[in-house]
Amino acid sequence: MTLSTRRVWAIFRKELREYRRNRSLIAGMAILPLVFLIQPLIAVISLNASASSSLSHEHVLLYMLGIPSLVPIFVAAYAVVGERQQGTLEPALSTPIRREEFLLAKALAALVPSLVIAYAVFAVFLGLVVLIAQSPIVPALLQGPDLLAQILFTPLLATWSVWVGIAISTRSSDVRVAQQIGLLASLPPVFVTILIALDVIHATLGLAIALAVALLILDALGWRITSWMFDRERLVTGTR
Amino acid sequence: MWGGEVFGFLGPNGAGKTTIVRTLGTLIAPTSGSAIVVGIPLIGENGVEIRRRIAIMPESPGLYLRLSVLENLECFADLYEVRDPHDRVEAALQAVSLAERAHDPCGTLSKGQRQRIALARALLSDPEVLFLDEPTAGLDPVAARDVHKLIDGLRARGVTIFLTTHRLDEAERLCDRVAILNTTLRTIGRPDELRDRLFARTVTVRTIGPLTAPGAVFGGLPAVDSWRHDGPSSYVLAVSEPEAAAPAITRALVAAGADVLSINQSRHSLEDVYLELVDDVATD
Repeated sequence: MTLSTRRVWAIFRKELREYRRNRSLIAGMAILPLVFLIQPLIAVISLNASASSSLSHEHVLLYMLGIPSLVPIFVAAYAVVGERQQGTLEPALSTPIRREEFLLAKALAALVPSLVIAYAVFAVFLGLVVLIAQSPIVPALLQGPDLLAQILFTPLLATWSVWVGIAISTRSSDVRVAQQIGLLASLPPVFVTILIALDVIHATLGLAIALAVALLILDALGWRITSWMFDRERLVTGTR
Repeated sequence: MWGGEVFGFLGPNGAGKTTIVRTLGTLIAPTSGSAIVVGIPLIGENGVEIRRRIAIMPESPGLYLRLSVLENLECFADLYEVRDPHDRVEAALQAVSLAERAHDPCGTLSKGQRQRIALARALLSDPEVLFLDEPTAGLDPVAARDVHKLIDGLRARGVTIFLTTHRLDEAERLCDRVAILNTTLRTIGRPDELRDRLFARTVTVRTIGPLTAPGAVFGGLPAVDSWRHDGPSSYVLAVSEPEAAAPAITRALVAAGADVLSINQSRHSLEDVYLELVDDVATD
């Protein structure tokens, strides 16, 4: 099977144009990152210099991985069921587009803005920490391995979140229900991240590699699984 | 279907018209039977190739309302991978006379305009067969007339059109042939052919006053098979050749001293055919 990049691009570009003009979607995508930015900033500012020793045993930065875990699912859960509710799915599926192309385009359209938001919020957070936090806190907070983990795990978690959201979207009949189920489904990785950040699960290089490999496999399988779940007939007729 | 014809698909709600369009358009899989669409057997692996060569305009236009008309059409031009998408989009907009609305969001268009944009979208790929599912459903008479003109224009360009509709006047006006469906195919043919098949051909005679001996006037005419009263001074005559019978009937009436008001060939509409067949189904 050969994929048409032009068809993928057509849906991808259409999706981005729609997102830009969908205020509720923009609001939904903006609220979570703001919470993830403001809440830890307040906590960091309120820390005094003596907290630096305890901080060096934790991985507080990993909290920021909540953004790539939660933001994409909000968009991805809308992807298929949203079109179905608007009545735009049938005309799109009447074209030569393959379901794999359609889902890939939807996934990329959810992934790209989510990654931009996640990295941008992270960069702003780092900048503000350097500017505002007391000087002993900064090196305790900004540990090299944590920075690397943040950069590497952001796309892995976001991709996983996108496929979960799209899978839920293909099987839902209501956008809000899909988004709520999606948020619930994205909690396990967030929970694991929090346990690592709090040092309940001890972060090691081996653990990081194992989690990265597991996520890579899940991300690769995600496309196939959602394609398998995508039932053109059920989505068009709404009967099965 | 023959190439270049407008083929009407008529039937009551739930008859399966939309299901057939979706099946032929490879959106849903057939449960049994076989079909060939644009010369390609209707099987799962041929779906992409069939969809490449046809276009479907569903009952609801299904436009992206936040996007402009141009953005909607550009998206579909890319989905069909048409060459020279810019020219094709422009030509499609010209065909539906909405080029001046190209940059307006689809959400600001009237229902009739949205339907025309949906038709423009279906024309982008220059399809061999165009499936139109209730193209004038919910449109006011002026908007419906515009869509009819567009369909006439497509027929003139040689596009094969498969049209489902509830509107029998629309089918009669636009379709070369029609099929009447009610979960199973009831009949198929040209509208006039179906009329002749179902109804005897008749001539209606109206006079100023009642004839004194209508049996003597009509009974002796070889062109008249039978006759009956249809009011005090109106008569319905069953004939096999109305064009040949009418002059003979006129001469007989004049000879009998009748004051003739009118002699008309009775016309059964496609609606009569449809109701006859659907009533048959109801009583089956």
